Amino acid sequence: MNAPPLLEVSHVRKQFPGVQALDGVSLAVYPGEVLALVGENGAGKSTLMKVVAGIHRPEAGTLRLNGKDVPFAGVAEAMRRGIVLIHQELNLAENLSVASNLFLGREKVIGGPLGWLARGSMNADAQALLRRVGLAVSPAHTVGDLPPGQRQLVEIARALSLDARLIIMDEPTSSLTQAETDRLYEVIDDLKRHGVSVVYISHRLAEVRRVADRVVVFRDGKNAGMLAKAEIAHDAMVRLMVGRDLQQLYPRRHSLAADARVRLDVRGLTYQGGSSQPLSFRLHGGEVVGMAGLVGAGRTELAEALFGIRRVKAGAVFIDGSPVVIRHPRQAVRAGLLLVPEDRRHHGLVLTESIRRNLALPNFDRLTSFGWIWRGRERALAGDMMQRLRVRASGPGQAAGLLSGGNQQKVVLGKWLARKPRVVIFDEPTRGVDVGARSEIYALMDQLAGEGVAILMISSDLEEVLGMSDRVLVLHEGHLAGELSRAELGEEAVMQLATGGRPRAARTSNSGVQPTPGSEPA
Amino acid sequence: MIRLLGVLLMVVVLYVVFVTSGESARSVGAHQDIANWLGYYGIVTVGVGILIISGGIDLSIGSVVGLGAVSFSLLLRHGYTPFVAAVLVVLGSSAIGVFHGLLVTKLRLQPFLVTLCGLFIYRGLARWLTAGDSIGIFGRTDEAYVRQVKAFQELLVKGDVFGVKNQLIALIVVSVLLGLFLHGTKWGRYLYAIGANEEAARYAGIATDTYKILAYVICSTLAGFASVLFTLDNSTVSPVSAGSWLELYAITGAVLGGCSLRGGEGTLPGMFLGAAILPLLRQICSFWEISGEVEYSVIGAFLLVGTIADELIKRRGALRR
Repeated sequence: MNAPPLLEVSHVRKQFPGVQALDGVSLAVYPGEVLALVGENGAGKSTLMKVVAGIHRPEAGTLRLNGKDVPFAGVAEAMRRGIVLIHQELNLAENLSVASNLFLGREKVIGGPLGWLARGSMNADAQALLRRVGLAVSPAHTVGDLPPGQRQLVEIARALSLDARLIIMDEPTSSLTQAETDRLYEVIDDLKRHGVSVVYISHRLAEVRRVADRVVVFRDGKNAGMLAKAEIAHDAMVRLMVGRDLQQLYPRRHSLAADARVRLDVRGLTYQGGSSQPLSFRLHGGEVVGMAGLVGAGRTELAEALFGIRRVKAGAVFIDGSPVVIRHPRQAVRAGLLLVPEDRRHHGLVLTESIRRNLALPNFDRLTSFGWIWRGRERALAGDMMQRLRVRASGPGQAAGLLSGGNQQKVVLGKWLARKPRVVIFDEPTRGVDVGARSEIYALMDQLAGEGVAILMISSDLEEVLGMSDRVLVLHEGHLAGELSRAELGEEAVMQLATGGRPRAARTSNSGVQPTPGSEPA
Repeated sequence: MIRLLGVLLMVVVLYVVFVTSGESARSVGAHQDIANWLGYYGIVTVGVGILIISGGIDLSIGSVVGLGAVSFSLLLRHGYTPFVAAVLVVLGSSAIGVFHGLLVTKLRLQPFLVTLCGLFIYRGLARWLTAGDSIGIFGRTDEAYVRQVKAFQELLVKGDVFGVKNQLIALIVVSVLLGLFLHGTKWGRYLYAIGANEEAARYAGIATDTYKILAYVICSTLAGFASVLFTLDNSTVSPVSAGSWLELYAITGAVLGGCSLRGGEGTLPGMFLGAAILPLLRQICSFWEISGEVEYSVIGAFLLVGTIADELIKRRGALRR
């Protein structure tokens, strides 16, 4: 690393409503290196990269390119400087062909002012670019028909066509298969050989170990540390990311009674868009059951089916021993089965409305007489919940959309806490939530379990699954691949089940405590 | 709140312009002219405003008013008492609302398209019912009939209480009731939540389809009621012109009153004030002898200026955060 850094940002600060996303972070990228940027959700990785790529303008900080000070600029200028960001959710026009996407906005034309598209020449150039990323599709192919892995490669080809010196990949493998991921690694290696730098954002530590020359860790919008190639190890990264003892992050005060009753009993469930293989499992009162699996394994779909969002085809669901039919969330809420959804901005909250109105929304049965809302009760509910959950806001009148991720999640939780929940499904409960709020959410989960609520926690964050669960169910391609007791829990065991393998210890029985087929719950 | 102040300011300015535009503008008669228009027009504005808050839209209002006006006259001619005829027209309009709501929720059709089809269908029906001819409410001449209709006309439209026209009182009563509904009850809250984020409302356990249908029913029912007022006010209605363009006036009024076409925004007092703007503008145009031909342009320009001002205020607010 004797060469000057290709890019150097220092002391960058960026504020969003309700949250200091970047709090004086610095980062240097050297020519031809693959730099992995890791950190928890909300640590500021994506935000800093958006600053570098010209999408966000920071409040403070400096930018140096090839050792020269330059001002922060917009997207077009950043691209001209050779910095290209490939977004997590790809930015391709799905209705257009591969070639059209590669040259979108920079179309080659003939006939001067007539602007007739030079299709032949563009297709030839596109062909060459696709060859470089090893993608064997015709430039005339419609992008929408390509699988996610190939779209990713189209994005990289587009970056190459821009003569990129630095390509930023934000969670590039989140929707890729293993084979597609391997292909991506080869392309990254090839980019490196050509002197292109890559910033690789990921929270999959195994991937980071595979591709990175160097690792920079962010935490809560600040630099938490840096690891050279030789130092890259799982534990070291986790310690820097979390910044505290794991025991302290995951409180476990609740204890599972030996005779805990079955609160949720799912028997032979099949649902629209799910696997044809029926799903059966049980949750006990006072138990936190983790649900792991790869993206696309059907965990969210299962939650939607249980909550009445997704149509159930067959099977029976029992809550506290009584059969329930749930075709609409209304019935789920009535039965005491509640969902804290994955996509809280779209499903959990009405962002334009106040905290108070969001908290009241599912609780009008206790706030009204004959439909008339008693404002006093509504205010009291909001006050109680905000205090109990320690929601940090200017007041109950603040719009939910202006809260930070963690505080938004607390409000989503608060909507349900006023009811007497029996079963609560958390879908990715701490995605986009800062570390501080995370431990508070875990504490609440623990507290609910202590009160006898059955909890199903769907999570892609293995640390979280291992830290919080009494028992883990693993889904693979829509069916239950296996179950791990607390004693059997381990990263390896979970991953093996999640990818379709079968570890020695795993049982594939349909339930936790000694299932007796056909017996009615008490 | 700032929006409500904005529309209040607009109404006050227009009113001042109006009363200073001539001696005759200060007369009771000139005010009552405005009140008459405001009455039935305000009622449809409030209806469509509530629908817009819930995230819907209705382009068929004018045609529903046309069909309602023709049906009301025909029912009277066939010997129904005015009260029964009015109830039938209002109920028929509610049925149209149920129909729209079912198409939007169960078949998941776009509200814009469903009600655009309605715009043509109901207008066509209205014209077919009378073979295109105008029709009056005094189609029969027996004395008992005329007395009954006149009494009904007096009650709903022509009469006044201390000079305030009954038609305006009808609007005020409707507005107060719906204001309590929209701002005081959980059902009103549900409409706001559905309009702002239907998915979040569903995930909160709200039967969103039911409340969306309810919003269409409110809108169409009020259009039906407005058609009765319109018919009584004019005595003779044409199936071609009765209520034509009214849907666009009503949407304009609701938007000027603070409703966002994205849904989830707006207040009842705002809609009420928004409804007052067009009648005032129109009256000013006539006093200033601005010809009827450019009146549309004046209205359009006014709406555009209002929209721009609103956007600028919003941006100011966003910057301050």
